[in-house]
Amino acid sequence: MLDATIGKRPGFVRRVFQSLRLPLNDPFAVFGLSIYGLFVLTAIFADQIAPYDPTEILYTPDYMLAADLRPGEDGHILGTTSLGRDIFSQIVHGSRSALLIGLTAAFMVALIGSIVGVVSGYFRGWIDIVLMRLADIAFGIPFLPFVIVLAAFLQPSIWNVVIAMALVLWRDTARVIRSQVLTLRSRGYVDAARVAGSSDMKIILRHIAPNILPMSFLYGSIAIGWAILTEASISFLGFGDPQSISWGYMLQDAFASQALAKQAYYWFVPPGVCIILVVSAGFFITRGYENILFPKLGR
Amino acid sequence: MTETLLSVRDLRVSYKVGASRIDAVDGASFDVPRGTIVGLVGESGCGKTTIAKALTRVIADNASITGGQMMFEGRDLVSLSERQMNALRWREIAFIPQSAMNSLDPVYTVESQLNEVLRRRGGLGRREARKRCEELFELVGIDKGRLSDYPHQFSGGMRQRVAIALALALNPKLVIADEPVTALDVIVQRQILDQLRELQAALGISVIIVTHDISVVAYICDRTVVMYAGKVAEAGSMQATLTEPSHPYTMGLRNAFPDLQGAASGTLTPIEGAPPNLAFPPPGCRFAPRCPFVLETCRQVNPPLETVGPNHVAACHRAGEAVELRTQAARVDTWSGKVLA
Amino acid sequence: MIDQFTPLIEINAAQLHYRVGGAMSALRGNPPVVKAVDGVSIVIRRGESVGLLGESGCGKTSMGRLLLKLEDVTGGDILFDGQSLSTLKGADLKRYRSRAQFIFQNPFDAVNPRFTIRQTLSEPLENAGIPPSQRQDKIIAALELVRLSEPLQYLDRYPHQLSGGQLQRVVMARALILQPEFVVADEPVSMLDVSVRAGVLNVFRDVRDRLGLTAIYISHDLALVRYVCERTIVMYLGKVMEDGPTEDIVHEPLHPYAKALVAAVPVPHPDQSHDPLPIGRGAPDPRNPPSGCVFRDRCPYAFDRCAVEIPQLQQAGTRKVACHLFDEAN
Repeated sequence: MLDATIGKRPGFVRRVFQSLRLPLNDPFAVFGLSIYGLFVLTAIFADQIAPYDPTEILYTPDYMLAADLRPGEDGHILGTTSLGRDIFSQIVHGSRSALLIGLTAAFMVALIGSIVGVVSGYFRGWIDIVLMRLADIAFGIPFLPFVIVLAAFLQPSIWNVVIAMALVLWRDTARVIRSQVLTLRSRGYVDAARVAGSSDMKIILRHIAPNILPMSFLYGSIAIGWAILTEASISFLGFGDPQSISWGYMLQDAFASQALAKQAYYWFVPPGVCIILVVSAGFFITRGYENILFPKLGR
Repeated sequence: MTETLLSVRDLRVSYKVGASRIDAVDGASFDVPRGTIVGLVGESGCGKTTIAKALTRVIADNASITGGQMMFEGRDLVSLSERQMNALRWREIAFIPQSAMNSLDPVYTVESQLNEVLRRRGGLGRREARKRCEELFELVGIDKGRLSDYPHQFSGGMRQRVAIALALALNPKLVIADEPVTALDVIVQRQILDQLRELQAALGISVIIVTHDISVVAYICDRTVVMYAGKVAEAGSMQATLTEPSHPYTMGLRNAFPDLQGAASGTLTPIEGAPPNLAFPPPGCRFAPRCPFVLETCRQVNPPLETVGPNHVAACHRAGEAVELRTQAARVDTWSGKVLA
Repeated sequence: MIDQFTPLIEINAAQLHYRVGGAMSALRGNPPVVKAVDGVSIVIRRGESVGLLGESGCGKTSMGRLLLKLEDVTGGDILFDGQSLSTLKGADLKRYRSRAQFIFQNPFDAVNPRFTIRQTLSEPLENAGIPPSQRQDKIIAALELVRLSEPLQYLDRYPHQLSGGQLQRVVMARALILQPEFVVADEPVSMLDVSVRAGVLNVFRDVRDRLGLTAIYISHDLALVRYVCERTIVMYLGKVMEDGPTEDIVHEPLHPYAKALVAAVPVPHPDQSHDPLPIGRGAPDPRNPPSGCVFRDRCPYAFDRCAVEIPQLQQAGTRKVACHLFDEAN
């Protein structure tokens, strides 16, 4: 008899992980994934990690407003803002909104883009034409102004960014997934499944989806960076949600309070570094995926 | 007998795969006489393409020539420096890779691709190169007006002609063609083979055709080298190897081919099983596990290439009984009864 | 009354035209059209084995795809057992899927590389509603039918762990597992090594005889077609050129194109004709076929009439031929 291990069906969770094909061999990608991991942990345990409520106005033991404290003063690791809020706590809580926005936007972009791409590429015909013309229109929309306009119409909220991304950025994912599906569809085993009597739905789920999942994931990870960056820009421009603390909001707050003139680097450098770290982590993971998806590119 | 242009002796080419070494070519010897077409026949993985590439010393990164000689006009290609070898490539030995017709660069015209070879490698001037391009197109039977066309404007057969023109650009003495007609339809196949034959005769060059198809050999080759699992099983004139094969593998190959000239009701006989894994070759004759005439010695002692006729060698312990074996090999039941691996 | 002579498949002036070029050329009003299949009429009797012979681009593969409803005709009609394929839907289509099957050219492409052999062979069984408890027996039986010895050892292997010959047998097993009546094989041995080709061809012949299959064998090699089919249909640029008993076509092809095809078939003998082929150089251009007879630009016998009038398929002795040379004979 044959070696039993070959025949063993891996469990469901393992199979999902296998189809995601996390790029664990690429040192850059592992670095990126660890940064994500770090921020995710920070976001989950923000209440435990942050010493203060990020919006709470603090006072020194002698009942003075704890404004513009330098790092280390009075136990404030990164000092305080002009309004007397703890910067370190803001950074910690900022990771929450960053990851919330990043992950939901990524999920929306990957989900909408993949569905549109699969439907378009698999069914072809008029539905393909309609969807791809819609994608062309989406390509014509300048992204940042669109978010600002959206924010003007709706309440200022961090969800504007997510909605805008879902409305606009599915286009890239959809195009790429579509072309992927077009080549998959011409594979013999897809024809074979049709001849074997499998329904379109079954063919898509069984033979097509596992092959495009890594691609959706790649575009999702690109979208995380985009979303965080966009939220930061929007907040910095003053269209953000004043109720929620985000890194972009911190930058805007620092800028408006003339932190630069006060040489309060401890105020605006940490949020900047966090944005850079998360966005570049996304980029590193993307690189790792590219190595898996397009091994011939080399570098 | 005509003079020998290329003489390969005990050639050994090994691939490093992980920690193990695989001898893709394991002591191959054969000659290519001047002005002949030699067919290198065998199944995938038998080492025929590796030999073809080793002859130009353009082999995979994980492969190396680990032994033997390749005497080409008095020089041993194995021991030449990379620079000397480079000077020889294309000018004396040209290689047409498998599916060469699909490896033309789509963004350049055919002429500029020919020019590249003629001017860079051949050192020709602009005007000479232009003249040579026209000559070459005439040679392979394409209208010279099409020199400025792009590869996609040609059909598969035409692109294969362009690939041949490219190989002939610098007047080589030896052209090695890897499966030159495999992807082509029968009519185009025939036309390309006719073209190759014509060119070979007109230019007096030698050609090595690497193929899996013995009918290509039968149509165009003067000599046959049958390879099996990295070794030469049989070599000789095309007539002798096909009409009086002395190795059971050659006999089996002949049976496995449908023959339009034969009787309609004939049954094709497969050679059951598959070639051995070269990482763990069998100790004796490599064909022994599939051979219907296997003896106990075959499983232990590797048979050397021995002369079985004028200019005809075979590596089989029972080559002396070839006449009897041929009659047996013609019967279907001889080949059945082997387990299918 | 169903007997050996009732037609199983009737192809009536089937057409498969593709529009090529983008939306712009369509707007200009003259979109280029490739006629992959252009007015093909064939009647295939139950139990017959028919070879579709021709070069790449002649429409033989498109014809196969039409017959399996992987494409729909853009004109004409195909009847399977009296039912039109273009209107098949739902349960009828499902039933058709178990009656008509395909054997693919490239076994490595025809099976999903992520699936084990068991998963691959289960797919049609699942779709046909065979309960899981009966599947293994059916899979084993199908693998035994294609003479894969000790089939149990293959069930949990992945395609890359099998040789080309073994995998092609798996593809055949998948086609046969629901016991179809009709099988289309598209160059099933062209990707295989020569020494195993004969084995696969023999299995094909054997199974066809044993199950009484109606079969279509698509190839460019008459020697292979002759080995498995008693009737051959020669196609060129989407049209039927000649249709008749294989032996007659092998020994005395009538259509000039069939003559060239027969002469071009390679034979494994040292003594063979090296005469130039009776056909012009060049290749068929499906986007821009000549007027009249599509073969006339390569035909050594072409005359004035060939340029103006499309020759119709007509009876000439045991066969049908579409060539003006045979008009007088009628």
